[in-house]
Amino acid sequence: MSLLSVENLHVTFSTPRGPVHAVDGVSFGVGAGEVLGIVGESGSGKSVTLRAIPKLLHANATVSGTVRWRGEDLHAMDDARLRAVRGGQVAVVFQEPMSALNPVLPIGVQIDEVLTAHTQFDAAARRKRGIELLGLVGIASAATRLGQFPHEFSGGMRQRAMIAIALAAAPALLLADEPTTALDVTIQDQILKLLLRLVGELGMALVLVTHDLGVVAETCDRVAVMYAGRLCETGTVHDVFLRPHHAYTHALLRSMPGEGAARSMLVPIPGQPPRIDAPVPGCAFAPRCTFTEARCATTRPALVAMADGHESACYAAARLGSEIAA
Amino acid sequence: MRLFKRLPAPLLLGLAILALMAAFAIAPGAFTPYDPLGFDFSALLAAPSLAHPFGTDQFGRDLLARSISATAIDLQIALFATIFPGLLGTLIGLLVGWYGGVVDALFGRLVDLVVTFPFLVLVIAIVAVLGPGLVNMYIAVTIVGWVFYARLMRSEVMVQKNGEYIAACKVLGYSTPRILFRHILPNAIRPVLVYAVTDMALAILLGSSLGYLGLGAQPPEAEWGVLIADGKNFFTTAPWIALFPGTVIVIAGLGFSLTGDGLADLLEVKR
Amino acid sequence: MSLLSVRGISKRFPARRGMVDMLRGRPKLAVHAVEQVSLEVFRGETLGIVGESGCGKSTLARCLVRLHEPDAGAIDFDGADVLGLAGPERRAFNRRVQMVFQDPYSSLNPRMTVGATLGEALMVHNVVPKAEIPRRVRELLDLVHLMENAAERYPHEFSGGQRQRIGIARALAVEPSLIIADEPVSALDVSVQAAIVNLFMELQDRLGLTLVFITHDLRLVKHMTHRVAVMYLGRIVEVGPTAEIFAAPRHPYTQALIRAVPQVKPGRRSGEAAVMGELPSPLNPPPGCAFHPRCPVATAACRETVPGLEARGGAWDVACLLAG
Ligand SMILES: Nc1ncnc2c1ncn2[C@@H]1O[C@H](COP(=O)(O)OP(=O)(O)OP(=O)(O)O)[C@@H](O)[C@H]1O
Ligand SMILES: Nc1ncnc2c1ncn2[C@@H]1O[C@H](COP(=O)(O)OP(=O)(O)OP(=O)(O)O)[C@@H](O)[C@H]1O
Ligand code: SF4
Ligand SMILES: [Mg+2]
Ligand SMILES: [Mg+2]
Repeated sequence: MSLLSVENLHVTFSTPRGPVHAVDGVSFGVGAGEVLGIVGESGSGKSVTLRAIPKLLHANATVSGTVRWRGEDLHAMDDARLRAVRGGQVAVVFQEPMSALNPVLPIGVQIDEVLTAHTQFDAAARRKRGIELLGLVGIASAATRLGQFPHEFSGGMRQRAMIAIALAAAPALLLADEPTTALDVTIQDQILKLLLRLVGELGMALVLVTHDLGVVAETCDRVAVMYAGRLCETGTVHDVFLRPHHAYTHALLRSMPGEGAARSMLVPIPGQPPRIDAPVPGCAFAPRCTFTEARCATTRPALVAMADGHESACYAAARLGSEIAA
Repeated sequence: MRLFKRLPAPLLLGLAILALMAAFAIAPGAFTPYDPLGFDFSALLAAPSLAHPFGTDQFGRDLLARSISATAIDLQIALFATIFPGLLGTLIGLLVGWYGGVVDALFGRLVDLVVTFPFLVLVIAIVAVLGPGLVNMYIAVTIVGWVFYARLMRSEVMVQKNGEYIAACKVLGYSTPRILFRHILPNAIRPVLVYAVTDMALAILLGSSLGYLGLGAQPPEAEWGVLIADGKNFFTTAPWIALFPGTVIVIAGLGFSLTGDGLADLLEVKR
Repeated sequence: MSLLSVRGISKRFPARRGMVDMLRGRPKLAVHAVEQVSLEVFRGETLGIVGESGCGKSTLARCLVRLHEPDAGAIDFDGADVLGLAGPERRAFNRRVQMVFQDPYSSLNPRMTVGATLGEALMVHNVVPKAEIPRRVRELLDLVHLMENAAERYPHEFSGGQRQRIGIARALAVEPSLIIADEPVSALDVSVQAAIVNLFMELQDRLGLTLVFITHDLRLVKHMTHRVAVMYLGRIVEVGPTAEIFAAPRHPYTQALIRAVPQVKPGRRSGEAAVMGELPSPLNPPPGCAFHPRCPVATAACRETVPGLEARGGAWDVACLLAG
């Protein structure tokens, strides 16, 4: 059974220029020891989806749909219960490490806060755990580092510190929003390997938001592809990457420089990324799609099962055919 | 017309006030039948009434007519007391911001020096040395006021010159004057323009203050500050003499501030 | 024949010292952004420059177009010493070497129409007679696949990818022979990157351009460059033919970098990180080989000797004492 299940999630922002439907009927689940990747281009609603789960959205957001945590409706919980779950069993790593860390508190104090809130440890045990956590995320001389402020850390170390704070209460689920996008590849590699170790050794569930298909391919078990606030395809990484059943996933994978002959022309996706404030009827990808048929422009395709655990919302699913030579 | 519909209400109000002031300045006779300098000994110190909405002064001169006829001088003050320091300050700020280094350090000292004195005190001191009158007032305001424009301009240029479009200009081999005046200036001028419009309100107050002190416009030239000064002796018996010109100053100031704020939004560059 | 030849250039940025540092008499520090870099760019090729954030790629690029003056070293372009150029000769150099910038938003003047931006470059360099400028602007827009009516519009009316096309058109306006592109696709959405990459390759073939392509995307480098230079902490640690280097990298850092790049191929998970540790501070680079604190095979000698960029018995240059 899924640890977390999200059903028919909708998020609408009220803005001065009218409502913006940023997340439009998204459903997925994650089990213990599983890594789910959420990919999509900038503005497709990945961060909003992630933040809607633990109710961490801005005040101008209206959320509907059900989010169940171990079967319990997360959005129906009272504040005290929600606070206990959030930061304890469900931890979040935000996209921007500097804005998510408190600049005027030493890292050690920020870790301590989480431990005080979510564990029964005494002061000495909390300190010991703090040192252990920094060591775990690969920060050397952890004892001195505990007393330092975020600005004394490099970008990579701040991101690790964020992850250490998130992991403090040994969460059962980690929601990570582009945890490595701002980092160098060698540091990204270290952090992803660390997260995978936690998933493997402790059975933590991980939802990883990213726009790097490579990160998904190497890190995730399953993937949910988002386009213009909607889910267009979900399935195991293997199925989705090797036999995409949505024209957008298909086009995206084909546009990557792969094993093709050096300096051969790439296959770009025509047109511009969609504007969420100007939704189109029918399939959101239709204006850029090379597989369109008449109903694409008028009737929105629903997410349907293509094979066991592989769903896609594309009329051309069967016509995409050939395997991607990645 | 469509342009007007798109403008925000506060800006429209500000522009309307300024337009009215401009009309007063251009054709003062069109708004009142009275001669601003005409004595009327039958209506000395008359309280506001239908015939004299602002009342009259101790010589029976109509205060509405005098306030309206003063507009030309006050608008002139608003304009000249900002344009001269504005131009000088913009140019200096542009160069200081661009060249930086030693030039900037020197400029910093100079700014520190000027801002240690209250603006008004410094201007009064300079006018006192040069002698009273509008021209000397403009000179004094320019000597002191450019600093504020230059400071604004300098910091904006510092930001703009690191923009990649400036790097692109350099790589394209454009000359420094071209980069400064065609590229940096249009992108850096917005805060200066906005400040200038707001500064016009302050300039009117300054002109009025100096007029009041007898250092600015000289009687019988009607100027709002001079009008208030005239009224000060009658403040308990005929408060309208000072009150109405004072109100006019406030309204004019409001017009400039509203316009300045509106302009700030309007000139915002779209990214 | 090499079109551009760089010999031993260095660029350091003095670091700001706080009052405390000064009072304590701490020494003046400098960021060693580019250290002793030597490099050849051959006519008609695409040379990739890769490396992690802060390793000096942009600084090197800016030295090549003289946006920065190097503290030491020499740059030859087409046989002429670039650093000595002034006046009209410098302007002539500017015409032949152009740059495309990373940020499509800040690299265009927001208060000028696209037509004015392109026209200005044409006018300043007298590329075409004045009367021909509008026609040439249309040709340039067509060359980068933008619509003709783009000329009357302002940068904010375009998407990131379209703006990058405008930046490319501006560079092409003066008909350069070398274009230095500093992360030209990094700021773009993945789905529009491919189109810009194609444009570079197409223009290069059509116009016979030489291209220096700076990026941290190794997948892209592998796909589109002929040769690649790998930078680490201000120095080039390996330079040679792209296909060969990707097949058998000789420097331990190149090896780690290539291993760390996630491939768009499912299930290549391995448990081990490619390399541990972080980039040391460029204010205080380690002695000897700058990579030694992170290097899995470092020896005592690595801590003392700075390895030079040499062939070391292989087909291309590498700066590692143990290579061979
Ligand atoms: N508080 C808000 N008010 C109004 N609109 C919002 C708000 N937060 C997000 N949006 C809009 O919702 C859409 C989805 O945003 P989201 O941050 O989820 O994108 P994303 O997929 O995470 O993109 P990125 O890759 O750039 O992080 C965007 O169009 C964004 O402008
Ligand atoms: N104008 C400058 N003043 C001071 N330091 C600078 C300046 N420009 C660059 N640096 C420093 O020089 C080093 C190299 O920077 P550079 O921008 O060349 O790196 P890069 O490889 O282009 O990185 P990125 O991938 O992040 O663009 C960095 O430590 C940077 O902080
Ligand atoms: S020289 Fe030494 S430390 Fe440097 S890369 Fe080679 S083996 Fe590693
Ligand atoms: Mg996001
Ligand atoms: Mg750079």
